[in-house]
Amino acid sequence: MTCNMILCGVGGQGVLSLAAIIAKASLSSHLNVRQSEVHGMSQRGGEVLAHLRISDGEIYSDLVSYGTADLIISMEPMESLRYLEYLKPDGIVVTAAEPVVNIGNYPDLEAVYAKIAAVSGSLCLKAEALAEEAGSKRASNMVLIGAASPYLPTDAESLKQAIRDTFAAKGESVVETNLKAFEAGRNHQ
Amino acid sequence: MERVLLGDEALAQAAIDAGLSCAYGYPGTPSTEIMEYLIAHSAADGFKAMWCTNEKTAYEEALGASLAGKRALVTMKHVGLNVAADAFVNSALLSIHGGLVMCVADDPGMHSSQNEQDTRALAMFAKVPVFEPVTQQQTYEMTREAFEVSERFGVPVIIRMVTRIAHSRASVRTAESRPQNPLDKSTDRPGWMLLPATAKRNWARLLGKEKDMIAFAESSANNRLNLVAGSRLGIITGGLGYNYFKENAADLKEEPSHLHIGFYPLPAALIRKLYDSVDEILVLEEGYPIIEEKLCGILGAGKPIHGKLDGTVVRTGELTPDNVREALGLPKRPHAAIDVSDVTVPRPPALCKGCPHADSYAAIKAALKDFPQSLVTSDIGCYSLGALPPHSAIETIVCMGASVGMAKGASEAGLYPVVATIGDSTFLHGGMTALLDCVQNNPDMTLVILDNSTVGMTGGQPTMIPSSRFEPLIRGLGVDPAHIRTIVPLPQQHEKNTEIIKEEINYHGLSVIFSVRECIETAKRKARKTK
Ligand code: SF4
Repeated sequence: MTCNMILCGVGGQGVLSLAAIIAKASLSSHLNVRQSEVHGMSQRGGEVLAHLRISDGEIYSDLVSYGTADLIISMEPMESLRYLEYLKPDGIVVTAAEPVVNIGNYPDLEAVYAKIAAVSGSLCLKAEALAEEAGSKRASNMVLIGAASPYLPTDAESLKQAIRDTFAAKGESVVETNLKAFEAGRNHQ
Repeated sequence: MERVLLGDEALAQAAIDAGLSCAYGYPGTPSTEIMEYLIAHSAADGFKAMWCTNEKTAYEEALGASLAGKRALVTMKHVGLNVAADAFVNSALLSIHGGLVMCVADDPGMHSSQNEQDTRALAMFAKVPVFEPVTQQQTYEMTREAFEVSERFGVPVIIRMVTRIAHSRASVRTAESRPQNPLDKSTDRPGWMLLPATAKRNWARLLGKEKDMIAFAESSANNRLNLVAGSRLGIITGGLGYNYFKENAADLKEEPSHLHIGFYPLPAALIRKLYDSVDEILVLEEGYPIIEEKLCGILGAGKPIHGKLDGTVVRTGELTPDNVREALGLPKRPHAAIDVSDVTVPRPPALCKGCPHADSYAAIKAALKDFPQSLVTSDIGCYSLGALPPHSAIETIVCMGASVGMAKGASEAGLYPVVATIGDSTFLHGGMTALLDCVQNNPDMTLVILDNSTVGMTGGQPTMIPSSRFEPLIRGLGVDPAHIRTIVPLPQQHEKNTEIIKEEINYHGLSVIFSVRECIETAKRKARKTK
C-alpha cells in the first residue's frame, strides 16, 4: 500500500502543519513516511506545495510522480487545480472553497468551482467558515484533514491524537478548537 | 531512538551525536534549519552553535576549533561556499586535526536561490571528499562517518545536501552518541601555515592523500555496484538520481547494471568495471553533469554515454521522478485529464502585507520619478521581491553585497542618480567592505540600508548587531555624518521620506540612509513568544 498526496495552498495558510499532522498520525500507525516541503522565497504569499508519501513498504522518492497522487488536499480552490498533473485518473481533490485573492488576475471563481466539480469525487467545502464555527479561522487546515480523513491510510483516532500532540503546548482550548474543526470536516457531506 | 526529522535536522543531530564541539554558519535556504536545530540543542548538549557574519568567517572559526582538536561543523547554502571559498580551498592543504565537516545545501531548481551551482565541482577543485546522502537516515549516518573520514585523512569533508533532502521529513534512527574530543592542540605547526615552503610540502601531501581517498572510495559502502549478468545498460546515479531511478526501476523490462556514487573522489575502478560490462551508460546525477563530463572527456570516445550533455536528461532544474522516468525511456503515466490552463494563473511570492520594504521602495521610486535615467541596485533578501510588480523598483540582484560596489562602479562610470538598496544582514555579510571603498572615493551615490532588524527571508534570524549600533558603525567607517540619515518606512511618512531621499540624491557625494522598521513577521513571532 502506498498513498501519495499533494498538499497545497498559499504561503502562510498552514499547508506545512497540515502535512505534518497527517505524517505524524501515519508514523504512529507504523507506516513509512516521506514528506517534502519548500521553504524560503516561495513561502512569501506564493503558491506552496508539499509532497506526502505514506507506505507500508520502502519509499524511494520524496516527490510524488505525475499520475500517482491518490489525493490533492488544498487550502485554496485555484491552487487545488494547479497540480492536477499529479493526480491519478481516479484520484480525489479535497479543497477549501474560500479563495485567496492576492493577485490581480485571479480567474473567475465559478469557473474554478466548475473545474473542481469536474474531478469526480471531489470535495469543495467552506473550510474557513467551518473552522470559524469551531472556534478559529486558523483551524481550517484541520477541517480539511477531517474532510480528507476517509481517504487517508490512517484512522480518525490516530489523526486526532496527532492533533492533540501538535497543539498540546498551546493549551487545552486550542486543542479543543482544532479537534472540533477536524470533526466538522469529517462530518461534512 | 527513532524520530521524524527534516534532512537538515538529521544532519544536525548526527553532528551532535558525533561529538560536535563548535558549529558556525550563515542562514541560507535550504541549509538554515541545521543551525537552528543546533542552536536550540546547544545549551542542553554542551556545545557551541552560532550564526556568523558570513560563510567565510564561519569557516575560519571552524578551522580554529579543528586546530584545537575539537570537532566542528560549518553550514551554508551553495552560493555561501563562494564566499567561504578562499578559506575552504586553502584549508584543504592544512593538517585538519579535529574533524571538520561542512554542510553545503545546494538548490537545484533554484527554489530560493540565484543559481544552481553544484558543490561537488568546488569540492573536486579543492580535492576535498564529499558525501552525498539520498535519505534522511543516510544523512544521519554519512554525517557521523564524515567526521571520522575528516580525522582519518586530515582533510575537511563536505556533505552535499539538496533542497529535497534538506527539506524533506522522514523517520530517522539515531545511534549511540560519542563524547566530544578532548582539547588537543595540533602539533603539526607547518601543517597550519601556508608559507610557500610549507605550502609546497602540504600541497604534495594533499595529492598523496588523494590517492588514499580514491582507494577508500572504491571500497566505501556508499559506492555500490550491482552488476547484472547480460545487462546492456549501465546506470550511474549520483544524489537523488538514485531515488528516482529506484522509483521507476520496477517498470523497466530489463534490469540494468547500476553503480550508485555517494562518496567522492570518484571510484574510478568501480566505474571502469561497470563500463566494461555494459554496452552503454546512462548517468542520472542531481546537479551539474559532473560524473558525466569525467566519463566523456573532450573526445567522447568509447561506448555511448547518455545524460545531461546529450539531452537524455534535462540540463536545467532539479531531477524529478518524472524526468528520470522519461530518461529511462518509460512512458508517461496517465493522469486526471482535465484542462485547467484557463483557470490557473501563477501566484508569485510577494512582500508580506505591511512589509517595511514596500514603503522604502515607494519612497525611492517617488524620489527618482523626475529623473530621465537612474539606477537602483539591490541585493539578496526578501527585498529582492521588489523586482516584481507592483514595486518594480530595483534593477540588479547578483550576490550578497553586490549592490554597494555595483552602485559605486555605475556612478563612477557616469550614471546619475544611483541608489543602492541592501538589507541590514546582507550589508554586514558582504556590503560593508564595498562601503569602505566608497568612503575612499566619495562616489555620487545614495546607499539605502533597509534595516528590518532581522534576516527576514530565512525566517527571522537575529542580525549580527542591533539597529542601534548601525549608525556608529557607518560613522566609524568614515561616512560624512551630515549625510547619514534615518527614515521610518511607513505609508504616513511617505512624503517626508521621499524628500529626504531626494535631498541625498541632490548631494553629489556618498550618502547613507537607514530605513528602519522591523520585519512584521519577526515582530509577530516575537509577540507570540512573549504572550
Ligand atoms: S518576512 Fe519580513 S522582511 Fe520579509 S517580506 Fe515579510 S515583512 Fe518583509
